[in-house]
Amino acid sequence: MQTLVDVPTGAIAIVQQFQGGREFAARAAALGFTLGVEITVIHNYGSGPILVGVRGARVALGRGEASKIRVTTL
Amino acid sequence: MSERQPTLTIALAGQPNVGKSTVFNLLTHQNQYVSNWPGKTCEQKTGICQREGICVSIVDLPGAYSLTANSEEERIARDFLIKCRPDAVIVVVDAASLERSLYLAAELVCLPVPVVVGLNMLDMAGYEGITIEPHVLQAAMGIPVVPMVASKGQGVRDLVAAAAVAARNPQSWTPNRPEVQAGHRQVLDAIETLISDLTPHPYPPDWVALKLLEGDEEITAMMRMQLGAAWEQVHAILAQHDDAFLAVAGGRYEWIGRMVRAAVVRPKPGQVTVTDRIDQAATHPVAGLIILLCALGLLFYLTYAIGAPVQAWLEIYVVQAGAEWARTLLSAWPAWLVGLLSSGVIMGVGTVLTLLPFLLIFFSVLGLLEDVGYMARAAFVMDRFMHRMGLHGKSFLPMFLGFGCNVPAMMGTRIIESPKARLTTILVTPLVPCTARMSVVAFLAPIFFGSRATAVTLGLLALTIVVIAGVGATMHRLFSGGEHTAFIMELPLYHIPSARRIAQGVWQRLVDFLQGAGTIILVVSVVMWALSTYPGGEIETSYLAFVGRWLAPMGRLMGLDWQMMVALLTSFVRKENTLPTLAVLYSGGSSGVNLVETLRSQLSPAAGLAFLAVQILFIPCVATVATIRQETRSWGWTAFSILFLFVLSMSAGIAIFQGAAVLGWGL
Repeated sequence: MQTLVDVPTGAIAIVQQFQGGREFAARAAALGFTLGVEITVIHNYGSGPILVGVRGARVALGRGEASKIRVTTL
Repeated sequence: MSERQPTLTIALAGQPNVGKSTVFNLLTHQNQYVSNWPGKTCEQKTGICQREGICVSIVDLPGAYSLTANSEEERIARDFLIKCRPDAVIVVVDAASLERSLYLAAELVCLPVPVVVGLNMLDMAGYEGITIEPHVLQAAMGIPVVPMVASKGQGVRDLVAAAAVAARNPQSWTPNRPEVQAGHRQVLDAIETLISDLTPHPYPPDWVALKLLEGDEEITAMMRMQLGAAWEQVHAILAQHDDAFLAVAGGRYEWIGRMVRAAVVRPKPGQVTVTDRIDQAATHPVAGLIILLCALGLLFYLTYAIGAPVQAWLEIYVVQAGAEWARTLLSAWPAWLVGLLSSGVIMGVGTVLTLLPFLLIFFSVLGLLEDVGYMARAAFVMDRFMHRMGLHGKSFLPMFLGFGCNVPAMMGTRIIESPKARLTTILVTPLVPCTARMSVVAFLAPIFFGSRATAVTLGLLALTIVVIAGVGATMHRLFSGGEHTAFIMELPLYHIPSARRIAQGVWQRLVDFLQGAGTIILVVSVVMWALSTYPGGEIETSYLAFVGRWLAPMGRLMGLDWQMMVALLTSFVRKENTLPTLAVLYSGGSSGVNLVETLRSQLSPAAGLAFLAVQILFIPCVATVATIRQETRSWGWTAFSILFLFVLSMSAGIAIFQGAAVLGWGL
């Protein structure tokens, strides 16, 4: 399964699973990342942080963080 | 105004970027006082709100995304709500990102304190094409929802009134509460049954059960202690459901979804908003850097075009003229008193005064960038570079300000939410060479190195950057055990800047500086004057010279004599003091001694280089130290910073001189 890092700009991903511990997942959840939520990748330049739209807000994630979120794309 | 005692206490909660501080300022005007949260270095703001016969005390909780113990802010907020039990809590939410900002509300309604929602930034939501019906939201949530545009002062009166009503009638408060997602409800019930008689006061058992299911470390530790042998049973259930926190968070968003569905109409997907369009450039890896450089260019242009001339003018026509005037006017007074006033007090006041133009410019530009919403983008663009130093992207702008002046840089670190990241930035920032330090280098480098002065200066700058990166990475390792702080950050919508809000922020910071750092600067200036004057009246025989001579053995390790050590010590008052002090000390009382010639004959290039390195890394000026104290709210960290920079700068000087000696260079 791919992670959020692999999703190109403009694509929509659905969160399937969190990896890398409860602390990260809890912080991500507070910012709107929960199982089954739709994420729009606003910018993914292939290096540097990724910008996504989730639940009507814009959230920036480091690549390390994005690689802990397993997703499927539509 | 009547001096009534507030009868009700209302807490003000909200996620970051929802306009909570604007609401707090509107509610309390300047009727605020700042203290520390008990046992924390985080500041607590309390204010009195008096309007229309209502007099309530408002406690500004730190901005928090949730009430899980993810950060110090979140722990402080929930401890206050549970242990101090305010009469009501206002939660400010951002109408433009309603779902996300209602998450905190979803946690608050599970506590036994009445909640009132301040639905803020309705104008911003309108620009984004979102329409919200507050009364529908209110009916769904079962709690008062007050529509607001705090930046224009709208809705604040209704908010206080609604909060006061809710606070007086806690029994009539019947919110619609979120539930855990199906599949985990029985688990929650089972835990609650097991712990309900054993939960310590004042924690509500249902809330504790929820936090246990979420895996909250603080609550888990508390209950393990409390339950003793009975913990095994609870632990067995929790171990079977270690993914339950996803069901809890999911349940909250399901609740939010139900609340929002009927009340909110969103624009059709695919519509490109203003924020999207600006972010195309502002978060681009190349264009974003160019925009950031332009913003910084503007800042430094303003500093040099306006700040520096105004500062010079104040220095000559106010500070020096004032000292001169005091000496003439008070010539009949005892000499010590004239000295105290003209050299001690007026110089101390002068330090504060001449900093003001810089502070005004920095705070205004910083406030503008923050208010527009650009700050988070700057952090986004710089994060990849700052991470290598163990720092957060948000550390970049404040630290960069340090090249102008360390004082606003310290105060600028307030934009960093994580206390650890903020403390690291505060401790690293004095290593950024400010204009005053660089002016000393610019004067001395040509004396020691002639035509190679520029290369040496650039080398020293490179040295400071290497040291900053090294120290940043080390502190990060010490504070967080090397654990990489997750970079996950909200980028708020762009706002049309509000002059009133920016002015309020600038004013608040200036007042903080004058109250917090101003007094310390004045006192230290007077003490330093006394140390450099007494007992004999001359600096050569003063206590300061005594300390300098005492430090001389260490100075010899880097080829420096005691005069140079004293010059370093006087640079504590102001960095520019280094040169006049050297001039006085090397003249030995006789006039007509050329400082340039003396320095060239006294110091070898190796010693000169060591001195410049020490000077650039040395303890910052008193204004910066006072600001460290003000911003960390801790004398311990302030003392640590002084000691650390002293040891670091001396080690660098010794290493350079001894290294040169081994290589046989410049002796």
